[in-house]
Amino acid sequence: MAKLKDLAQMEDRLVAGHGMCLGCGIPLIFKIILRATEDPLIIANATGCLEVCTTIFPRTAWNVSWIHSAFENAASTIAGVEAMYKALKNKGKIPADKKIKFLGVGGDGGTYDIGLQALSGAVERGHEFVYVCYDNNVYANTGGQRSSATPLGASATTAPSGSKSPGKIQGRKDLAQIMVAHKIPYVAQASPHRWQDLYNKAKKAFEAVGPAFLNVLCLCPTEWKYDESKGIKLAQLAADTCVWPLYEVENGRYKINYKPKQKKPVLEWLESQGRFRHLFKEENAWIIEKIQQDVDRDWEWLTRLAEISSRP
Amino acid sequence: MKKETWTELAIGALNLQAGNSVSNLTGTWRSGRKPEFIEDNCIQCFFCWLYCPHFAVRVEEGKVTGFNYDYCTGCGLCAEECPTKEKAIVMVKEETKIIEEGKK
Repeated sequence: MAKLKDLAQMEDRLVAGHGMCLGCGIPLIFKIILRATEDPLIIANATGCLEVCTTIFPRTAWNVSWIHSAFENAASTIAGVEAMYKALKNKGKIPADKKIKFLGVGGDGGTYDIGLQALSGAVERGHEFVYVCYDNNVYANTGGQRSSATPLGASATTAPSGSKSPGKIQGRKDLAQIMVAHKIPYVAQASPHRWQDLYNKAKKAFEAVGPAFLNVLCLCPTEWKYDESKGIKLAQLAADTCVWPLYEVENGRYKINYKPKQKKPVLEWLESQGRFRHLFKEENAWIIEKIQQDVDRDWEWLTRLAEISSRP
Repeated sequence: MKKETWTELAIGALNLQAGNSVSNLTGTWRSGRKPEFIEDNCIQCFFCWLYCPHFAVRVEEGKVTGFNYDYCTGCGLCAEECPTKEKAIVMVKEETKIIEEGKK
């Protein structure tokens, strides 16, 4: 089992001096994920917070080979790199025993919305790469527009709360399930507050034979509107309320990695962030009720899938 | 930092100086508060290292030894997540100098 002390002494593949916000969740996620493999790594990064903040011209915060691709095609880019690696290996231009790992990275905008088609295609073709989506529920880099990962009732700049609107009126797209439907070897959902779990999942993803997908909850004090020092407590709350269940699907078999002893009401999650503040007005009570129902339904569905998967 | 002109830049928009962002001192954003390390209370759990978004926790010879204030933005995640009863990290007030830029 990995120890933090050992991880801390590994070389940083993402270094200081990046321009991400105070209390941002992205570096916490990649600090762990980038340590889950010791092989050389090539990263294709879709436009988004991570890309913009780490590569402000003329600087870069990356210590590994890193390619900026457009918003929509990080998965295609990394698939192309992987295909070339295989071709060069076949020609003997890369030694047969040299291992290189490939990582595609995007936020929820670049993955759920704009990059979905490229991602779907790349995993369908079976390229051997890992794709990590850091999901902060919103287009944070461009000022907080709604994405298809924005939850029901959250206020976003293109779905604002006000007298005519209760925030976003649609629910979230379930991307992890879409990826499971591609029948790839490994799909998992993780969160930075359980680093050991995140580390194990990243390791499994890098070792998977075929494409692997990780969906990681990403804290965003800027758009979620909370005290930036409380981020990790929030991630814990997301898992305890089952708003963000931690699970993995290995070759089609579901396993829940964290079951809260006592499932907390979703109200606690909503109270903790400014983006849900308007929901506590009388006329919006139905939304809170609906959110709770949706979370309960999804959790029930997930536990059933895990139960079926545990049968021989 | 001097920016290269178009004739000096590597062809293909390459940046060959990996990790040169370290010259960007994010600690200059910090305003109002900063973490203080109390070594006697530290149990070396490394949570502060883990949860620091700006890589500002100093690790020397396998031990957390304090902060690199050149990068610390003062978000307070480290102090919040410090698990000891008597905290090994506390946020303290910091005097900040406001440098007024000359009007153009």
